[in-house]
Amino acid sequence: MKKFLAVILSLVMALSLVACGGGSKTSAPTTSSGEKVIRIGVFEPQTGENGGGGIQEVYGIRYANKVYNTINIGGEDYKVELYEVDNKSDKTEAVNAAQKLIAGKVSVVLGSYGSGVSIAAGEYFKEAKIPAIGCSCTNPQVTNGNEYYFRTCFLDPFQGTVMSSYCKNHGYSKVAVITQLGDDYSEGLGNFFVKACEQNGIEVVAQEKFQTNEQDFKAILTNIKGKEPQFIFAPSSIATAPLILSQARELGIECQIGGGDTWENGTIIDNAHGAAEGMVVTTFYEANPATATGEEAMFLKGNGMGDTATGFSDYLVKVENQPAVIPAVSALGYDAYLAAFKAMQEAQSTNGEDIREALTHLAFTGVTGDISFNADGDANKNAAYVKEVKDGKFEFKEIVKID
Amino acid sequence: MKFKDRIDVDLLLYLAIIVVSAIALVFLDMNKFEYNYAISIIEKSLVYAVVALSMNIVTGFTGLFSLGQAGFMALGAYTTAILTIPANVRPNVYYMNGILPALENAVVPIPVALILGGVVAAVFAALIGIPVLKLKSDYLAIATLGFSEIIRAVIASPMMDKITNGSYGLKSIPGFKSSLECFAYSLVLIIIMILIINSSTGRDFKAIREDEIAARSVGINIFKTKELSFVVSSFFTGVGGGLLAMFMRSIDSKTFSITLTYDILLIVVLGGIGSITGSIVGAFFVTAGKELLRFFDEPFAIAGVEIPLFKPGFRMVIFSILLMVVVLFFRKGLIGGRELSFNEFIMLKKAKKSQDIRKEGKA
Amino acid sequence: MNVTQFFQHSLTGISVGGCYALIAIGYTLVYGILRLINFAHGDIFMVAGYFMIFSFAVLPFPIAILVTLVLTTLLGIGIEKVAYAPLRNAPRMSVMISAIGVSYLLQNLATYLFTAIPQPYPEIPGLKLRIQIGEISTSFVTLITPIITILFVAVLLYLVNKTKIGMAMRAVSRDYEAASLMGIKLNKTISFTFAIGSFLAAVGSILYFTDRSTVFPYSGSLPGLKCFVAAVFGGIGSIPGALVGGFFIGICETIIKAIGLSTFSDAFTFIVLILMLLIKPTGLFGEKNIDKV
Repeated sequence: MKKFLAVILSLVMALSLVACGGGSKTSAPTTSSGEKVIRIGVFEPQTGENGGGGIQEVYGIRYANKVYNTINIGGEDYKVELYEVDNKSDKTEAVNAAQKLIAGKVSVVLGSYGSGVSIAAGEYFKEAKIPAIGCSCTNPQVTNGNEYYFRTCFLDPFQGTVMSSYCKNHGYSKVAVITQLGDDYSEGLGNFFVKACEQNGIEVVAQEKFQTNEQDFKAILTNIKGKEPQFIFAPSSIATAPLILSQARELGIECQIGGGDTWENGTIIDNAHGAAEGMVVTTFYEANPATATGEEAMFLKGNGMGDTATGFSDYLVKVENQPAVIPAVSALGYDAYLAAFKAMQEAQSTNGEDIREALTHLAFTGVTGDISFNADGDANKNAAYVKEVKDGKFEFKEIVKID
Repeated sequence: MKFKDRIDVDLLLYLAIIVVSAIALVFLDMNKFEYNYAISIIEKSLVYAVVALSMNIVTGFTGLFSLGQAGFMALGAYTTAILTIPANVRPNVYYMNGILPALENAVVPIPVALILGGVVAAVFAALIGIPVLKLKSDYLAIATLGFSEIIRAVIASPMMDKITNGSYGLKSIPGFKSSLECFAYSLVLIIIMILIINSSTGRDFKAIREDEIAARSVGINIFKTKELSFVVSSFFTGVGGGLLAMFMRSIDSKTFSITLTYDILLIVVLGGIGSITGSIVGAFFVTAGKELLRFFDEPFAIAGVEIPLFKPGFRMVIFSILLMVVVLFFRKGLIGGRELSFNEFIMLKKAKKSQDIRKEGKA
Repeated sequence: MNVTQFFQHSLTGISVGGCYALIAIGYTLVYGILRLINFAHGDIFMVAGYFMIFSFAVLPFPIAILVTLVLTTLLGIGIEKVAYAPLRNAPRMSVMISAIGVSYLLQNLATYLFTAIPQPYPEIPGLKLRIQIGEISTSFVTLITPIITILFVAVLLYLVNKTKIGMAMRAVSRDYEAASLMGIKLNKTISFTFAIGSFLAAVGSILYFTDRSTVFPYSGSLPGLKCFVAAVFGGIGSIPGALVGGFFIGICETIIKAIGLSTFSDAFTFIVLILMLLIKPTGLFGEKNIDKV
């Protein structure tokens, strides 16, 4: 009997699968009210290791979608609809998530937080000729050799170099690096930081590594303490940051500690119980409502309508039940959406190849500055913001430019 | 007489299923962009079916609870990847630390790479097996789990940078050209595994599972047989890992964590430990189920009221509960520790009776 | 490595070891009685962390600690009743899969309920106090962890060796069937064992997470595995063994990281396990096990 059940179950599953695949063909282009619809895929982790960061990008994208919700193509109005799929921060899941987006007939894909999943999915988007625009995936491999992948952020080599320049500017001559084994982001940033330091004449006195899910950093921190560095660079995930910070302070390490863009996250300050004070991060964006114009003003102050009436931080509080602090990745999410939107407008098409073509020569001013893409599909950006934690808040410190 | 009938009917049925599936896949392949989501799920299920069945050889048929699958898959996947990534993109892939000069142009055809992947996994299994297989059930499980973690740590270590690309993972692995290709690979592997399970060696495996001492007394060399089972299983796990690499096209060491082993265990347990058809049906059930249940992760509203239960992570909770329910109440899994058979299907009552008798006999 | 560093490393190792020992006892007790690797034990430890976060938010801290201890103990007993008790006569593999299932469930449930974002662990007044002894800098919790551990182990040893229920536990672990023939209530004894194991995991969790200040759904899995190894090393079933094993793993791990071999810190744990199983399967303090057929 059970076998019988199993056979029927799997048959039903197989059938509904095909139905899923086929069904989307008819469901995508129109809504129930007969309105024409364009779908933008949101390929982000909402659970798993990077779930925390991924959802922040989604907020930015959702906000942008509320601001720019209709598009006119070929004289016809289309409603822009978001199609969110959780890639679970996991490469295996990412492949299926990508396929789901492709099957969902999205015209363009946004995301993802975490480069690994973007790399995994990139091949599939390329094959399906659907352009993808990454928000904060900083690994060179995402766009390398994939003419369908673009991104609105800078790259790992750039971030590592920026941090090294920061050290040089502040007269640090002895630095230490902590990186996470098996993590391309952490190792990538660390590696480029070390390379840049060698060029800048800064001595790297210690290079320590730790395993994924490690919670005890005292051993490696004790070693680092013995080498007396003036700065510790520890690019890693949100989960490890408070551990490194608080354990370093407990051991009496007083020097400045810095991280990459992932560290610009309020939960780190909360979780480190005061040990985050004085840490620095490189990041993509600094909200400055006083001088904001154009797109940035739209993002920060709102457009006076509905949920987006009073700007993004109010939107975070009211709609998403989040703290009012604006994460940089949300701004990138907004810009990625905008790039997709403008490209579709320019191409006057919902076809992936046309949109890709439009993206290659697109130029506009987004929230995070002027955006255009180079031959690899990377945003032409030469500046990064350095922020420091003061009194439990991220405060803008300086801009570091690399030529 | 009965035996012969059974083979005929079942064989016909299986052949029919294979032919129908192949035709269906050809149809799907022709409409690739229409059905790519379904194709991707089918491919993943096929790969998982291979790995689940190979785990079943050692766990279900030989009674050795091994939790080293992820490690052997990693060996197979990395071997396949290293040997198939096109030579011209290699400098791009190894952008950080460069590649070992010997590997720069080491490209072999995909089937060869898959087999080599299996061989590497099998060799490691043979080495690991010598000490580990002396251990009893749960110790064996934890020791194989340990080895799997060690393999992963070594792959990700900076010392292996020029071979495995350490922390940065490998990409641009050639994928399946069509789902039919994936189907063909899986089919061949599954058939070979079935032949092994039904051979005299396979009977030795089962004898050990049922009663080690009795098996020894009829002249089966326990250690040799266990080692053989472990090596054979690891070979296919390695090839399965290679298929997974082809399916994913980019891999890194994190892919092969304990969670992967648990996923495969989930398939084997749901399908039924010691059931070939169980593993295959289980693979499709779990892989497709995980996708179909995606709507649990999305906000869901009935009559305008959003149900707070539906948020990211819910479907994994459902899957864990399902696993617990099967473990606690359907201890033999969906298929029930035996094979799905058309013959028994016709003679359901008869089969049931004989099952009852068998049960009594066992008790 | 200079003297200061040496002492600093030793302190770290001993403190980590203390936490490991508390968790390892849970493994050892359960294995001793049920011959089951309780894969979910590390996750019970993780859930105890969440219990503390939520009870601390609404209650004053001494009561919050109490609530955490009680809830975790009940969770342990509950898991045994639901997931292991029905499988009392099933093959060992089934029970083990059930244990893996519970672990899988707890992790997924925690991800679902509290998201994967690490949650801040509350600061229990006084515990995070920074202490400076000469060149060595540490916190109060690091210092008291080994002391608390040894204290609890002493109480536990008394409980097991001198009380009636302790005698029942020993009897059940020696011979399951004979014990029940002698009128020992099997289910009660097993529940009690799980209660002790989970209680100590909760104590360990308070010490461990106070020192590390965050909890996330997977924070129990790695310590869990390491503590199991610690239990095997010391001799599964032996309480002093778990203590020694915990300290051994904690100290060795710290040394490995200190000499720059972090890559292999986890691998080392498993190598210890495999070597121990091959050389002396009963562990340091384990009694000789007669292979019952």
